[in-house]
Amino acid sequence: MLNAENLTVRYGAYTAVSRLSFTLEEGQWLMLVGPNGAGKSSLISAIAQCVPYEGTIRLEGKNLRDFRPAELARKIGVLSQQHTVSYGYTVEEIVSLGRYAHQHWLLGRRDEKGTDAIEQALAKTGMTAFRNKSLLELSGGEVQRAFLAQVFAQEPEILLLDEPANHLDLVYQKSLFSLIGQWLQTPGRAALSVVHDLSLARRYGTHAVLMNEGSAAAQGPISAVFSPENLQKVYQMDVYGWMNGLYAPWQTPPESLRRPG
Amino acid sequence: MMKRPCSSFLLWLAAALILLLTMLLCVCVGSVSIPLSSTLTALWNALWGLPLPEGFPKAVLFSVRLPRVLCVALTGAALSLCGAAMQGLLRNPLADGSTLGVSSGASLGAVTALALGITLPGLPYGGNVGMAILFAFLSLLIILGLAYALDRSLSTNSIILIGVIFSMFASSLISLLIAFSGEKLRTITFWTMGSLAGSHFRHAALLGGALLVCGGWILSRSRELNAFAVGEENARHVGVSVRRVKLEIMIAVSVLIGTCVAIGGTIGFVGLVTPHMTRMLTGPNHKRLLPASLFLGAVFLLLADLIARTLLSPIELPIGVVTSLIGSLVFVVIFYRSRKAGGSSC
Repeated sequence: MLNAENLTVRYGAYTAVSRLSFTLEEGQWLMLVGPNGAGKSSLISAIAQCVPYEGTIRLEGKNLRDFRPAELARKIGVLSQQHTVSYGYTVEEIVSLGRYAHQHWLLGRRDEKGTDAIEQALAKTGMTAFRNKSLLELSGGEVQRAFLAQVFAQEPEILLLDEPANHLDLVYQKSLFSLIGQWLQTPGRAALSVVHDLSLARRYGTHAVLMNEGSAAAQGPISAVFSPENLQKVYQMDVYGWMNGLYAPWQTPPESLRRPG
Repeated sequence: MMKRPCSSFLLWLAAALILLLTMLLCVCVGSVSIPLSSTLTALWNALWGLPLPEGFPKAVLFSVRLPRVLCVALTGAALSLCGAAMQGLLRNPLADGSTLGVSSGASLGAVTALALGITLPGLPYGGNVGMAILFAFLSLLIILGLAYALDRSLSTNSIILIGVIFSMFASSLISLLIAFSGEKLRTITFWTMGSLAGSHFRHAALLGGALLVCGGWILSRSRELNAFAVGEENARHVGVSVRRVKLEIMIAVSVLIGTCVAIGGTIGFVGLVTPHMTRMLTGPNHKRLLPASLFLGAVFLLLADLIARTLLSPIELPIGVVTSLIGSLVFVVIFYRSRKAGGSSC
């Protein structure tokens, strides 16, 4: 579906992404992982056409630079990690914006299909009850779900997620990743996300690009990319040892919390 | 809890009626009071080409009050619409022509045209209006460019700081032009005081034309402005052609502010105060906010003009003094509330 060749992103003299190539196929959930400053978010920004880049990104064979903004929005949806809300838009108004690319450029009327898409997006994300609430009254997790509903209402084929569960508590993290997993069940869809939490990446991703200093240290199926050697090389630490130490105690509750009998 | 709007046809009808009644009030009240019944009869007769009642102050109504009231209403509507559009585009409730320094830029353009005697053949006020529009657009580009270079998120503080600096710069250039203006000193000084007292129907036609074209265009971009108000990045993600729409709105705003400034001088704070009040009534959705701002802006400026004409009668206060007095107080309240709310204002 999506194919990037020799992608380079520069900010002045600093090169954030250097000659990176990868492919995203239908049904895949590609995880971009790596330490801070590896160029993951810059890569997402380049695909979303938010920053200038060198190289080529093709979607179904067509250069992304040749897509008009509305045409691109019908193909690619983006969920950012944070949303600074300045005005008290309702959840429904935010979700309705997701239909922009499907509407007439001047009249902008909402058709039956659009109304259905909005209702489904609200229902899927559990935001129907919040539809008339102002975004200013919601928690961070609820705001993120409202924007996820916007992306669902947009009905894209590819979802780009930039650390979507950052700042979210465990309940919202689980809910968000499960929702995206369900969304991917429909044929013709794929997702690409920046994820810092390697456990989440391993649990939900099908493929991964392990980035280091703007380049791909490894890429392919999750099982191959997440080898102890690859992770050791990029993170400069024993990732498996750290993870095992971190999660082993969770196998059983602490003695003091065990109920008698 | 946020106030929810009701966008029914009846509400719009009520808004139009309030505007019409305010216009009638402004036409009737003044140094020479005209009874409402006589005014309505005279307007009806004039509309159908019938003779006016005996002894009716025809000149007061048709040469002074009516063109002035029309110009005031159109200026108020245009400035308010521009403020609402800029506040949405920049996601900043404190943005408007005067706080951004665009009005000062337009004034500089108009004063330059007056000082250098720039005219466009065949177009009355062409030089004045054209230069005001050109300078308004260039000012907007310079102010946003500088603010963007300073702070890519275009935060409230950066924009207002640059706006204030630019306004001072434009004012100093205006003072310089006035100092070297020679025999045009009187004309320029009178113009800079800002007034809609000498308005003609051709001024109203010019304002009406600009509002119809540019205002209509801004109204048609309400969905895009909603997307911008949520965030420029979000607007790009949902498919808005960010650069094109931004340029279109900036051009439309420059034309409207330029035309208003060229005709009535700098009338501050209308574009700041009325969209903010309107947002409290309609919510932030530009589909309701923009048309409601048109009505409220017109009513606000009509009432400000009425106060300016009647408060110290027979002395007439400049309309900009009244709007600035009210506006500056509301500006402080908005700024204080938005700081306390951590950047959000409604």
